[in-house]
Amino acid sequence: MRAFEEEKTRVDDIDRTIYDVKDKVDAAFTVDSGLTPEIVNQISVEKKDPEWMRLFRQKSLHTYNEMPLPGWGPSLDGLDMDHIVTYVRPKTSMSSKWEQVPEDIKNTFERLGIPQAERLSLAGVGAQYDSEVVYHNVRAEVEAQGVVYTDIESALHGPYAEMIRKHFMKLVPPSDHKFAALHGAVWSGGSFVYVPEGVKLTIPLQSYFRLNAPGAGQFEHTLIIVEKNAYLHFIEGCSAPRYNVANLHAGCVELFIGENARLRYSTIENWSKNMYNLNTKRALVEKGGAIEWVSGSFGSNTSCLYPMSVLKGEGARTEFTGITFAGKGQTLDNGSKVIHAAPNTSSRISTKSISKDGGTCIYRSSVVITPEAAHSKSSVSCESLMLDSESRSDTIPVMDIQNDESDVGHEAKIGRISDTAIFYLMTRGLSEDDARSIIVSGFAEPIAKELPMEYAVEMNNLIKLEMSGSIG
Amino acid sequence: MSHELLKVENLQVGVEDKVILDKLNLTIRSGETHVLMGPNGAGKSTLGYAIMGHPQYNICQGNIVFDGDDITNEPTDVRAKKGVFLSFQNPEEVPGIALGNFLRVSREAVTGEAPRILKFQKEMRSLMDSLEISQDYAARYLNVGFSGGEKKKSEILQMLMLNPKLAILDETDSGLDVDAVKVVSKGIRQFRNDKNSLLIITHNAKILDGLKVDYVHILVNGTIVHTGDSSLIQEINEKGFQFFEAGGVRN
Repeated sequence: MRAFEEEKTRVDDIDRTIYDVKDKVDAAFTVDSGLTPEIVNQISVEKKDPEWMRLFRQKSLHTYNEMPLPGWGPSLDGLDMDHIVTYVRPKTSMSSKWEQVPEDIKNTFERLGIPQAERLSLAGVGAQYDSEVVYHNVRAEVEAQGVVYTDIESALHGPYAEMIRKHFMKLVPPSDHKFAALHGAVWSGGSFVYVPEGVKLTIPLQSYFRLNAPGAGQFEHTLIIVEKNAYLHFIEGCSAPRYNVANLHAGCVELFIGENARLRYSTIENWSKNMYNLNTKRALVEKGGAIEWVSGSFGSNTSCLYPMSVLKGEGARTEFTGITFAGKGQTLDNGSKVIHAAPNTSSRISTKSISKDGGTCIYRSSVVITPEAAHSKSSVSCESLMLDSESRSDTIPVMDIQNDESDVGHEAKIGRISDTAIFYLMTRGLSEDDARSIIVSGFAEPIAKELPMEYAVEMNNLIKLEMSGSIG
Repeated sequence: MSHELLKVENLQVGVEDKVILDKLNLTIRSGETHVLMGPNGAGKSTLGYAIMGHPQYNICQGNIVFDGDDITNEPTDVRAKKGVFLSFQNPEEVPGIALGNFLRVSREAVTGEAPRILKFQKEMRSLMDSLEISQDYAARYLNVGFSGGEKKKSEILQMLMLNPKLAILDETDSGLDVDAVKVVSKGIRQFRNDKNSLLIITHNAKILDGLKVDYVHILVNGTIVHTGDSSLIQEINEKGFQFFEAGGVRN
């Protein structure tokens, strides 16, 4: 029997050329690898932490040491915390002008297209390099509306110090899990965004995280407060060049969405394949508010990422739209969590995953509808596509419905590319490669179109589908 | 001058371990219309798939020559480029590519050159009108959510846009209402000229309205047991396939 040629790769691996450019490591200050109270204290001193934060870090470290590794999920054996460098300060301080950013670092962000995107389509940009934010700028007209967009460190010492203290790791406490505790101990960099009541930002803010140092960790903290009736679209992007040693990303994102406010949080994660991406993201949504997560997950060796929405107020809503693409050697365990804690709340989770060349995609989700959340609605849909017989896909959805008045739906599909569909397209003259590309892009399209414009373009470059002609 | 367009010689086709077609011979010359009839499960669709090169249909013996080239081992897209077309009994739904774009990409793949956009669109629109396909279907994903009739019309539209030398129509009329069969039949007449050829697999003479049928073949148990002219259709309707299966008439 003449079978399709299995060994041929039809969908290219993600083209990583622009991400893989390594800068010479030229840090101003680096702590020793590993974790001790002294190292954590050194970070506090370096960052001029207020006393409460210094204590917070030490307490988190203690929690970290007490806690076991998660007893579920992908293997973390390749991650040796004794060899992760938790703090690498680049040789520059934060600037609001790209000209003041050192040449090599600036060039890196230029290659990633950040300053260009800022000029064209963003209201503000933050750029983090290793452990610190090297650039932060927000358009004057946005600032005039009272919007604050800065790094957490500045906010800790400025007029928003109390607000930070009130919210910092309250939604994701260090006791949540081992890597949240680690984050509490060694966090550095990230963004603070405050959108005052009634302010609707029509263009997005974007933070970009770049990890250059080998064997290092990135632990940025993102804290966003969107007040009553306000709107914000926040975009985060991440990438790193590939090294042979494991890198770790254990960031933390805490989002507070006020009454009838809406936040759209878009992420394109394209870490290199030596990265352990153990990130924690959580949103608290008040009455009538909405959180919309859009997530593209392409990089990392191992990823465990389940953005969580706590629907606290009546009528609060969440939507999670995500796409995961796992290639050779990658285990991407992604999904979402929702807690419906008030009546008439609604959630919609919609994900797609593609695995190829032995990659593994796992969809994991949890939806809890509490007894208080009467007349709530939840729909979960996850679809997986495996491009060859070595690749894997698993689906682990959990639903815990604690009242009788709610409406839940769940749909899961796991499949391979249909040989008949390929044959059908080939009978119209398309090569097998093109036929596969069309099917894969068609599968991804409903999710891909939710990504921000510039990232939709980036995704087209990422999953470089070799199509003949222009296919819409 | 007509010439041998398709020559199927002593063909044996299997799926997994099962032989479906055996010792099958068929010659179609350019400018001819052939009709293939036979009971369910006789192997009619298998012949279409084998000629088109479906990877699950294994050619164990014999060969397929198209337009002078042995295509027995050629991949499906190469056959399509040489001018073979298959209209599917159950056309696949392919989300992600719009019908109009797909037609353009296919045309480019088959002809090797990018069509001029405006001319192409004009041609497509006019054919869609003639096949009574609403224009907005050009922007809809290929066959996704199309009714049975719309899928078959979409197949005929593709045939007309790709203009193959040989079109194999696998029960294009099955499951269609009377009006849709008329439209499909009109599309087939529109396609047919004195150079190209048709192999129509059908149970129903309606689709053949207005077409000059040159040969009718009866396929039973994986081989062609009888070949005749268009009068054979009437005979089949009267006597049933069993008569031919039992060897009631010999060529």
